Amino acid sequence: MRNLTPALAAVAALLVAMRVGSVSAATETMVRLPAGAYVPFYSRDSNKTTRDGLHRPVAVKAFWLDRYPVTNAQFLNFVKHHPAWSRARVASIFADAHYLAGWSSDFTLRDPGDSERPITGVSWFAAVAYCKVQGKTLPTTDQWEYALADRDRNPKALNARILSWYGTSSAHALQLVQTAIPNGYGVAGMVGLVWEWTLDFNSLLSGPDLRNTGSGTDQKFCGGGSIGARDASDYASFMRYSMRSSLKASYTTNNLGFRCALNAP
Amino acid sequence: MVPIRTTTFSAAMLAVAVLCATAWAASRDQNISDPVKGEEHATLTYAPEIPAPITRNYATKVIIHLEVKEVEGRLADGVSYTFWTFGGKVPGKFIRVREGDLVEFHLDSHPDNKMPHNIDLHAVIGQGGGAASSLTAPGHSSVFSFKALVPGLYVYHCATAPVGMHVGNGMYGLIYVQAKTPLPKVDHEYYVMQGDFYTKGANGEQGLQPFSMEKAMAEKPEYVVFNGSVGALSGNNALSAKVGDTVRLFVGNGGPNLTSSFHVIGEIFDTVWAEGNTSTAIHNVQTTTIPAGGAAIVEFKINVPGTFLLVDHALTRAFNRGALGQLRATGPENKLVYSGKITDEIYLPEGTGIRVAEGEGRPAATATDHAGRVRLGETVYKTNCMACHQLTGVGIPGAFPPLAKSDFLNADPTRAIKTVVGGRQGSLTVNGQVFDGVMPAWSLSNDDVANVLSYIYGSWGNSGHDVTPVDVAATRTTAPPTPAR
Repeated sequence: MRNLTPALAAVAALLVAMRVGSVSAATETMVRLPAGAYVPFYSRDSNKTTRDGLHRPVAVKAFWLDRYPVTNAQFLNFVKHHPAWSRARVASIFADAHYLAGWSSDFTLRDPGDSERPITGVSWFAAVAYCKVQGKTLPTTDQWEYALADRDRNPKALNARILSWYGTSSAHALQLVQTAIPNGYGVAGMVGLVWEWTLDFNSLLSGPDLRNTGSGTDQKFCGGGSIGARDASDYASFMRYSMRSSLKASYTTNNLGFRCALNAP
Repeated sequence: MVPIRTTTFSAAMLAVAVLCATAWAASRDQNISDPVKGEEHATLTYAPEIPAPITRNYATKVIIHLEVKEVEGRLADGVSYTFWTFGGKVPGKFIRVREGDLVEFHLDSHPDNKMPHNIDLHAVIGQGGGAASSLTAPGHSSVFSFKALVPGLYVYHCATAPVGMHVGNGMYGLIYVQAKTPLPKVDHEYYVMQGDFYTKGANGEQGLQPFSMEKAMAEKPEYVVFNGSVGALSGNNALSAKVGDTVRLFVGNGGPNLTSSFHVIGEIFDTVWAEGNTSTAIHNVQTTTIPAGGAAIVEFKINVPGTFLLVDHALTRAFNRGALGQLRATGPENKLVYSGKITDEIYLPEGTGIRVAEGEGRPAATATDHAGRVRLGETVYKTNCMACHQLTGVGIPGAFPPLAKSDFLNADPTRAIKTVVGGRQGSLTVNGQVFDGVMPAWSLSNDDVANVLSYIYGSWGNSGHDVTPVDVAATRTTAPPTPAR
C-alpha cells in the first residue's frame, strides 16, 4: 500500500492536470504520448522480421513520459530523502565506483549551476528507485524509441543532431534541460543531452561484437550487425543500441542519465 | 587403368595437402604449447616510434593496458576534429609482442567517453578477434587474453557498430607479433599509418569539423593522412635517417575505406613483407598495396641524402588530401648514384621555366578599383594558384607555402609581385616553417597579376594591401624577362 500511494498521487495529479489543460494532454513535467506504432531499429524477436527482411511495426500503448531528463536538483532532492542512494551508502551491487562522480560530496553538487542540467553517473537501479518514488517507472526501450521516432516528423534533422552530439567531446558542460529542443510531442532533449536508461536496456539485442549479424536463432548476436538492422545507414541508432548493450545495471557513466514514464490512461 | 591412375594421383595430391596442413598446424600447435615463463608489462609507443625489438627467447605473459579516449585534436591547420582513439592519439599505440606470448589485454575506457568501444586485433584467433570479449562502457575496463600464434604485422581497430564511424574517427593501430627468428636489426624502425577522414566541411574548412556520415558512405574523404593529421610526418615531424642507414617502416592502413598505394618518392624498397607477413619477403619494389585493415613492412637502405616523400601514390590524395610525409636523410652526396641538385639551376618539370597561364586569347576583363581587382583576382587564383596553394590559401605543409596569414607575403608586396612574375626557387621561411621548392614564373598580364595579388592580400586574414597594374609594370623592369604575350 505504501508503494501504491505515490503512484496514485501521480495519476491523480495527471488527471487533474488533464482536466485543467483539457486539450493538450500534458502537464508541466510530463507529456502524454498517444497509442501508436513504430518500426524498431532491431526486432526484438525473429517473428517481427518478415521473410523479405522488412521489419514489422511494434504497437505501443499510450503512456506518459517526462518532458525533460531528470536534473541534478531533482536527483539531489531524492537522495536527501532516501540517503540509502547517497554515494557513501549505496551498495556496490547497485552502483559502480563512478556513481554520482560529478557531485562534490554525498549531498552537494559541484556547482549550483548544475542544478538544471541532466543528472548523470546514475545506475539503472538508482534510476528505477527514483522513478518508483515518483510513482513512475523507466520507459521501456519500445516506449523510448517510439517517443524518439516522433511519428517520423523530421528524421534527417534528428539524425544530424545525434551525430553532432557524438562528434562533440565531453569537455563541454551539459545543456540546461529547459533549453533542449522539444520534438513533435513536446518531449525535449531525448538526444543531444545525455544517453538515457531504459527499463529493458539489456533484454535484447546485441552481443559484444557488434558486427555480428543475426543468425535468426540467437538474438544475442542480432544486435550490432548491419543485416539485422532496419536501416544500415542509421548510424545514430547503431550507437544507441550498442551503448545499451555495453551496460550492466550497476554501471554509471558521465553521459548517461534517465527520465521516467508512467503507464497510464 | 585410367580410373586407377586417377585414384593414385588424387591420393598423392591428398598426401601433399595433408603434409602442408600438418606443417601449418604444427607451427600453431607449437606456439600454443610453448611454456609461458614469468610476466611483463608491455611498453607501447606513439607513432612514429616503435617499441624496441624483443630480445627474450622464450614466451612470457605480456600485460597490455590500452586506454580508449575521445579527444578533440588537430586534423589540419585550423581544422579540429573529435577523434576516438586508442591511447589518446591517432594512430593508436604500437604494440609489440613475441610469437608464442600469452597476452593479457586490458581495454580501459575513459570515464569521459560518450561511446561504448571494443577492440578487434587481427593478430587474435578467436571470435571477433577480441571484439566479442571487449565491449566496454565508459568508465569501465574489459580484460581478455590470447596467445600470439602467428607472427606478422597486424591492424587492430574498434569494432563497435557502426564500425565505419568508429574507425573513421581514428580507432586503429598496429600490433607486431615478432617472429621467434626476428627480422635482422636495422638502424631505424618507424610507425606510419594511413587513414581517411570524412568531415562535414570541405578540405581546409576551418574550425571543429563533425563527421559526415554521407561522405563516409560515399567513400569520399576530405582528408587522407599519415599518422592522424595533415603534416604529422613533415617539417619538424619528418622522419630522419643518415646516408648508409637501413630504414624499416611498419606501415598500416586503418581506412576505413581506401586502399593505399604506398610509395616513397626517390626510393626503391629493398624488401617488402607484403600483407604484414614476415615469413615471405619480396624484393625491389616501387609501390606496395596496403588494403584497409592491412599492413606491410618495407625496408630500404639510404644511399644518398635528400628529402624522400612518403605518399599514397593515388596522387590526388597526396596532393590535395594530405597523404604526404617526409623522410629527411642527411650525409655525404654520392654523385655517381644521383647527381643531385646543381646549384643555381632551376628545375622545372615543364622544362621551359615559364608557364603559359590559361585564359589567353579571351578578352581581358579589367578592374578599375580595389574591389574589382579582388573580384577578378579570385578567378585568376583558382585557375593558376589553387592547385598548389589550395582553395583557402593554406598551402600544403612541407611542400607549398601558405598564403593565408603569411608573414612572408605580407612583409613585402614588391617581392610578392616579383615572385609571381619571375618565379622563385630555394629555401624560404613562412610562418616559421621552412620550404624548399620551386615556383615557376607566371606569364600573366599586369592586370591579372594585380588582380590575383589584390585577391590574395584581401583574403584569409592577410593585410588587405592593394596591388595595381602600375605596381606590377614598375616591378617588371627589375624582374627576369618574360616572353611577350
